[in-house]
Amino acid sequence: MKVFLFIVLSGLMTFGAITFSQQDELQESISRGQEIYTDFCINCHMANGEGVENTFPPLANSDYLKNNQEASIRGIKYGQKGEITVNGVTYNGNMAPMGLSDDEVADVMNFINNSWGNSIKGMVTEEQVTTIKK
Amino acid sequence: MYLYTNKSMKMKQFTSLLAVLLFSFYSCAQQEPSEISAETPQKINYVTEVIVPELNIPWGMEFLPDGSILITEKTGTLIHFKDGAKTTIEGLPEVYVRGQGGLMDIKLHPDYENNGWIYFSYGSPEGEDEGGNTAIIRAKLNGNILADVEHLYKGVPNTKKGQHWGSRIEFDKEGYLYFSIGDRGNRDVNPQDITRDGGKIYRLHADGTIPNDNPFVDNADAKKAIFSFGHRNPQGMAMHPETGKIWVNEHGPKGGDEINVVEKGNNYGWPVISYGINYSGTKFTEITEKEGMEQPLFYWVPSIAPSGMAFVTSSNYPDWKDSVLVGSLKFEYLERLVIKDNKVSKREKLFEGLGRFRNIKQAPDGYLYAGVEGVGIVKIIPDSF
Repeated sequence: MKVFLFIVLSGLMTFGAITFSQQDELQESISRGQEIYTDFCINCHMANGEGVENTFPPLANSDYLKNNQEASIRGIKYGQKGEITVNGVTYNGNMAPMGLSDDEVADVMNFINNSWGNSIKGMVTEEQVTTIKK
Repeated sequence: MYLYTNKSMKMKQFTSLLAVLLFSFYSCAQQEPSEISAETPQKINYVTEVIVPELNIPWGMEFLPDGSILITEKTGTLIHFKDGAKTTIEGLPEVYVRGQGGLMDIKLHPDYENNGWIYFSYGSPEGEDEGGNTAIIRAKLNGNILADVEHLYKGVPNTKKGQHWGSRIEFDKEGYLYFSIGDRGNRDVNPQDITRDGGKIYRLHADGTIPNDNPFVDNADAKKAIFSFGHRNPQGMAMHPETGKIWVNEHGPKGGDEINVVEKGNNYGWPVISYGINYSGTKFTEITEKEGMEQPLFYWVPSIAPSGMAFVTSSNYPDWKDSVLVGSLKFEYLERLVIKDNKVSKREKLFEGLGRFRNIKQAPDGYLYAGVEGVGIVKIIPDSF
């Protein structure tokens, strides 16, 4: 009985530790991402991800972001040009590539995915960003 | 009814309550908007025509004597547009593209026809630290190659920050070379410290040497190329056609963009005084003026995100006499400010919705040209209808 309890408990702890460290990793990525956001994104997409009406699309509660994670990553990595529709509004803007490294793109994606009411599941990793091509 | 027995105490409490209330009103107060607001004109007697199509961020442009145009794309490409065709000019130093930085302004020497010098500002990774900072070079165009490159100035230290590279270049009537470097995202360290680069307007001789009457040449620790300081991010710069003074426009944070007339040794106050607030809505300063710090000629609240600046002197635009034009990146129009007695008396939104106006210049042919992001270079011509 004692052995059984021990096994169960240690199993739970290991599971807990793994979940916790993943959570930790995400949290760290988000906080690095926040710094990137404040430096590179905030002057157009604004402090609460609300964007600028008809000019810069919102990131907060954006259906585009939710349904187009890969295209969103590509947009940050290589720039975004041409028409996109966000929450029913069509934007035809031009976002220049920011010169961010793949780990920085992952961090800022994690920040955006988990801010201002967004909670998009799954952590964006540097490896994932690396695989996304123009 | 009142529990207070002591009237003066009641009064005192009331006064302090009032003070607290007033104070909290004050700190939550809306920003004071610009004195003059921008209007949409009833009718504009000019239209735009795309001259150079398909450009991403045409940060700078210059007009060569043969009528061709040199264009700097922020991504690092120098384009020569001649007889309807674009040619890429090779030979630029390595450009560090990061955030707002990349290949930025271009300016011909006032005596270009005789000496051939072309000046550039760009994000340079040169140096030991990681990252980059604004650099100024000059070079000559030799066919499709940039030759005789001379490095004139490089801001230090390098940083991976993407913000505030400044980078406009202008000459005055006496042939001095002016350029800006923004605060490089280091607001509380760079702009008020004359021993550091960033948040400054610089003045050099055309060959890159430092004029011996620059304001801080006698200060052993100072960056001696500094002409004025306390700037945030000047992306517009033009010499006033009559006074010969250098005018700049600079981005504020949320509100607080400014036009400043640059004078030797002056402190323009960033970030000690400002009409702007943080993007988050919090304040970084309580004051908008202070002794020893200059007031702007004009400030924008809300911000228009100004870039590029041109005085209209050409007889092709009689409606726009006494005007200065400034591009708005944020609201995607060209702003016309009427200047009377060194004050802004009227503001107009021109060509609303055309795109992010990055740059505006009056070319030697007497026409105005604007660099619009994602659109190209447009020429502003009288509407013939």
